[in-house]
Amino acid sequence: MSIESEVSLDGKKLTIAIKGRFDFGSHQQFRESYERFYKVPEIYIVDLKETTYMDSSALGMLLLLRDHAGGDEAEVQVLNSNSDVRKILAISNFDKLFDIS
Amino acid sequence: MSALAPVLEALTILIAEDSAADRLLLSTIIRRQGHQVLTASNGVEAVEIFAHERPQLVLMDALMPVMDGFEAARQIKQLAGEALVPVIFLTSLRESEALAQCLDAGGDDFLPKPYNPLILAAKINAMDRLRRLQATVLQQRDLIARHHEHLLHEQRAAKAVFDKVAHSGCINAAPNIRYLQSPYALFNGDLLLAAYTPSGDMHVLLGDFTGHGLPAAIGAMPLAEVFYGMTAKGYGLTQTLREMNAKLKRILPVDMFCCATLLCLSAQRRAVEVWNGGMPEGYVHEVATGRRTPLISRHLPLGVLSAEAFDDSTEVWPMALGDRVFLLSDGVLDTADANDQLFGAARLQQVFAANREPDRLFEDIEQALAAFRGQARDDVSMVEITLLSAPPLRVAEPMYADSGQSSPLDWSVSFEFRAQTLKNYNPLPYLLQLLLEVHGLREQGGALYSVMAELYSNALEHGVLGLDSALKRDAQGFAQYYRQRNERLAHLNSGYVRVHVQVSPTDQGGTMTLRVEDSGSGFDIEKELARPVDADRLSGRGLSLVRQLSSAVGWSDGGRSVCVEFCWEALA
Repeated sequence: MSIESEVSLDGKKLTIAIKGRFDFGSHQQFRESYERFYKVPEIYIVDLKETTYMDSSALGMLLLLRDHAGGDEAEVQVLNSNSDVRKILAISNFDKLFDIS
Repeated sequence: MSALAPVLEALTILIAEDSAADRLLLSTIIRRQGHQVLTASNGVEAVEIFAHERPQLVLMDALMPVMDGFEAARQIKQLAGEALVPVIFLTSLRESEALAQCLDAGGDDFLPKPYNPLILAAKINAMDRLRRLQATVLQQRDLIARHHEHLLHEQRAAKAVFDKVAHSGCINAAPNIRYLQSPYALFNGDLLLAAYTPSGDMHVLLGDFTGHGLPAAIGAMPLAEVFYGMTAKGYGLTQTLREMNAKLKRILPVDMFCCATLLCLSAQRRAVEVWNGGMPEGYVHEVATGRRTPLISRHLPLGVLSAEAFDDSTEVWPMALGDRVFLLSDGVLDTADANDQLFGAARLQQVFAANREPDRLFEDIEQALAAFRGQARDDVSMVEITLLSAPPLRVAEPMYADSGQSSPLDWSVSFEFRAQTLKNYNPLPYLLQLLLEVHGLREQGGALYSVMAELYSNALEHGVLGLDSALKRDAQGFAQYYRQRNERLAHLNSGYVRVHVQVSPTDQGGTMTLRVEDSGSGFDIEKELARPVDADRLSGRGLSLVRQLSSAVGWSDGGRSVCVEFCWEALA
């Protein structure tokens, strides 16, 4: 598991990419990936292209990010999830909170 | 670096050596290095001194009279137990076989004669490092063992408290519930609750908290309290769900929530009402046709959304007596094999398809999981509820603090519930609580609630909303009926349901008359009463139930007003 994050040149978009398993072991790293930026971006992207597995603590972490990004006003996009991960997002109906594609 | 490695800590060192000259030489070297010295001139002495003085390190001559160094080393190691007491053999032996024998006997190292003080000091220090490492490992092992013991003890205590709360329902008593759960599922965040409503419906909750351990268990407590409290008072699924969601939202940290499926099984209505937020699909199993209808997760889990945004809409599916509802936790589907492949819904479907004896479904699933993975997980929860004809009506006895002297026996009250209220308020629990102030009615609380519930839903659904019960003839119409109900209720902006209660004393005890009126267009009373009673009805107005349970029942105003009577005899 590894988590990388980077801000776009104009500082408006923060992309967090998660490789491997996204589970309770990722907690600290995931939080640091967005808390370490001083400037607040407008859009958050969680890129799950290389995420192989996701558990319910990972769902909790997405909620933490959403809260950090402004709760109901937050714009958080969850991108590139594979079919297993998408199933987990679908069962939890997280598409009601996140822009999932 | 100085000639001698610095001594970290003065040790007590036992020298076992039969030559007095060698003893003296070694003692002098070692004392000079800052250690304390004990001496023995043969193996027996060495073991005795070790037993009494517990030196931290032993220098042992291999060949000695009375008892040789090999045997002495064995005995000393045994006395030392788990602690590492390094034994360094002093030997003039040169053959590798003899040197190996020193280590086989439990020696940790050897020092060839003649002695080199530099090497001796370095070996003592090296052995001391090992000795202290071993001591640290043992200490930490014991600490972990103590913590673990402590944790288990806390979990046992927490579980005992929790069982009192969680199992105050009917999960173990009801004949129609089968479940399978690891005894410590609570600490995996899995939660299973079941209880009867006052009218004999059964509410079931299978939940799964995010996270493990104590946090999950702590969240389960208030959830169970709300579930049991509101079910016993006659609240429906939607109110109970709203309360549970609001409570969890308030108390849980942002990243914690509870996936849950909530059921209301009604033998009276031959139906199951379902709300699924974040749990894997359960199934309604129609035994006659073998069809399994999935109970799909339509909602976010409990504790995520604010009270305003929460969606409490439920689905209703018809059930015949003997039909089953099956629910499971994600531990079943997420069981992984050696290659990280998940068991998944498709394999579960195969187990369903292959299942010949419905009563052995759990065993079949467990077997399939075991074959798939090779071992069982401890967070697998499954529950299956069979729809049986209604159990005897009874109200879960609440505690009454009064002695009966203050029972109100001569009063009346009228309510009018208008459109905005009808949309999302269920007045029945409040009405029931009010009526149970009358002691004589408490015995009949279950029947009273059933009759009230039937009359109220008739007034609302057929009266105010104008829904046709004939729709409920088949499964498809059934679903359509409840869709229409939700739509019409959402758009309701006029109409009312009135409830009049009249309690009067009589010579023998008392009577309570309950009149329910609605703003609908009424119905043909004669025709409706002439209809044959259909035991397996999906439709019908539940009138036979009302007639069965109350002392008297009568309609007026073209079916827009219904009046029932309950009597009781004075308590001895």
